[in-house]
Amino acid sequence: MRRIFFGFVRKEFYHILRDRRTLAVLFGMPLIMMALFGFAIRNEIDDVPLLVVDASRDEATDGVVDRLRASGYFDVVEFGAGRRNVEAAFERGDALAALAFEPDFARRLRRGEAHVQVITDATNPNAASTVLAYTTAVLNDVQSEQALERGMIVAADGSDGTGRVVPSVRMRYNPDLESAYLFVPGLIAVILMLVCALMTSITITRERETGTMEVLLVSPLHPLQIIAGKVLPYLALSLVNVATILVLAVALFHVPVRGSLALLLAECLLFILCALSLGMLISARSRSMQTATMIALAGLLMPTVLLSGFIFPISSMPEALQLFSHLIPAKWFLIVVRGIMIRGIGLEVVWMETLVLVGMTAVFMTVAVRSFSIRLE
Amino acid sequence: MNHVIETRGLTRRFGDFTAVDAVSIEVGRGEIFGFLGANGAGKTTAIRMLTGLLTPTEGEATVAGFDVYRQTEQIKKNIGYMSQRFSLYEDLTVRENIRFYGGVYGLRKAALRDRSADLIDRLGLRDAADTRIVTLPLGWKQKLAFSVALLHDPAIVFLDEPTAGVDPITRRQFWQQIYEAADAGVTVFVTTHYMDEAEYCDRISMMVDGRIVALGSPAELKGRYGVATMNDVFVRLARGEA
Repeated sequence: MRRIFFGFVRKEFYHILRDRRTLAVLFGMPLIMMALFGFAIRNEIDDVPLLVVDASRDEATDGVVDRLRASGYFDVVEFGAGRRNVEAAFERGDALAALAFEPDFARRLRRGEAHVQVITDATNPNAASTVLAYTTAVLNDVQSEQALERGMIVAADGSDGTGRVVPSVRMRYNPDLESAYLFVPGLIAVILMLVCALMTSITITRERETGTMEVLLVSPLHPLQIIAGKVLPYLALSLVNVATILVLAVALFHVPVRGSLALLLAECLLFILCALSLGMLISARSRSMQTATMIALAGLLMPTVLLSGFIFPISSMPEALQLFSHLIPAKWFLIVVRGIMIRGIGLEVVWMETLVLVGMTAVFMTVAVRSFSIRLE
Repeated sequence: MNHVIETRGLTRRFGDFTAVDAVSIEVGRGEIFGFLGANGAGKTTAIRMLTGLLTPTEGEATVAGFDVYRQTEQIKKNIGYMSQRFSLYEDLTVRENIRFYGGVYGLRKAALRDRSADLIDRLGLRDAADTRIVTLPLGWKQKLAFSVALLHDPAIVFLDEPTAGVDPITRRQFWQQIYEAADAGVTVFVTTHYMDEAEYCDRISMMVDGRIVALGSPAELKGRYGVATMNDVFVRLARGEA
C-alpha cells in the first residue's frame, strides 16, 4: 500500500517538475511577491520631494527645514522659491508636499503665534496624510522646544496654566513602522492559498479533463487515496514555501519571529490544511480547469488579499464587509501570525482564532470529502 | 458455464429516470462482446455498474466471478479499463506510465520491470521508451494504453469507445491487438460508434433507452432483420422498428 502511494507521489512530482507554469507559480510567485512587497509596494514615505517657500529665511525656518531634511523622509527640492511655483511644481509632479512660511516667522513665533502652511498632493491620500503627519510632528517638536526655551511649558500636565497637552508617543512592536511587518504575514496567507487551493484544484481537475481520473477510479485505489496522493505533494511544497518566506523575511527585511517558531509552523500547517480542503472542494465542484481557476482566484484569492486585513484594515470596512470577513480563513490566520511573529504572543491569546480555523478546516474537509463521494456515484 | 460477466435484471434508476432497465447478459471467457447503443442509451451507466463504480438499484450481476454489490474491490483488481482518451499521462515517458499504472495495480517491482521491458519490446517502442507520451503518434499511444490496461493480467478489459477519432488503418491495427488479447483468453467488453467495428465482435448487444433490444452475433442480427450491414441493423433498431 505504501509502495503504491509513493508511486503516486512520484508521478505527481513529475507533473510539477515538468510543467514550467506550475513551477513558476510554485516557486517564482513567492519570490516575486516578496520582492514586490518588500521593495516596490511600501507604505512608508521616503525622500518625498518637498518644496519650501520661505519668505523670512530666519533661524526658526532654517531650524524647521533642517530638521525635515535630517529626518530622511524628505528631499527638499527647491528652496526659497516664490509661492506661485507651488502649483506648477505640483502639476509637474516635481513636489508632493510644500511648506510655506509666512514672512517674519521667527519674530512672530517669539511673540506667540506664527503661521506655516502645509500643502500636500493628495492624489494619493495615504501618502498625503503620512506626509502631513510627519511635518506636523516636526513642527510640534520645534514649537515645544521654542516654548521650553522661553520657559512657557513647565510640564506636560499644563501646570504653566496654558493648558497644553504634549503627547508622548511610542510605536509598540514596530517602532520604525516597517511595512514588512505588515505584509509578511499577509503574504504567507496569500501564497498558501495560491499553492494549496489553486494548484490542487487545478491538478485534480486536470486529471478529470484528460480522462486519467476515470482510469484511476476504476483501479483498486480508493478515491481518498487518489486525493491524498494528489494533495500531499502540495502540502510538502507549501511548507517549503512557508520556510522560504520566513527565511527571506528575517534575513532580508529583518522581520522578527518573537513568539514560538514551532507554534507559528503549526498554525501554518493548520492553514495549509484549510486551504487544501478548499482546493479539494473546488475541484469536486468544477468540471474544467478554467472553472476551477476562476473560482479559486475570484472566490479565494481576492478575498484573501482584499478582505482579510492583509492590505486594508478590517476595522475601517463597512459593517457588512466586516461581518463577511469573519468567513475568510485568512483573516483569522493573519491575526494569529501577526500576533506570534510581531507581538510574540502564544496560544493563550490566539486560542480562539486557532479554534475558528480548526472548525473551518473540519467543515471544509468534511464537505470536500462528501462532494467527492457524490461525484463518484 | 464459463461466464465472465453475468447480469440478471440489472437496473439503475436516477430518481424517476431509469438509465439501465433490467439488463440480462452473459459474456464468455475470451469473447469479444460489442456493447452498442446511441448516446444516452445507458451504456455508460451499465459499464459503471460492471466496473464497480456505481451500485445497481436492483438486479444481480457478477464480474469475473465477483458480486457487483459486495465485491467491488476484487472486481477492480481483475478488470482493465481504457477509454477513448487513452488515459496516459502525456507529460510522463512510456516507461514512467507503465511503471505508474503497474504500481497502481500493485505489481511488484521485479515483475513490473520484466513486464515493462517485455511490453516495450513487443510494441517496438524501445527507442521511444524514455520519451514523453505527448510526442508519440496517436496509434502508438492507443496501443500503449491498451497494453497498459492489460498489464496486470485482468480477466476482462472494458474498452469505452477506444477508437473514437482514430484513422481507419490505426483502428484496424488496434483490432488486431484486441484479437490477440481475446485469443489469450481475455474477455473484451467494447463500446463503439463504428458499425464496421461491430462486425469484428463475436457477439453484440444493442441498447435503446436502457434496454437490450437485440443480442447475437453480427451474422444472426443481419439475418434476423434481413439487412446487409450492421449499420442497417443499428438504424432500424434505433428507430424502434424492431
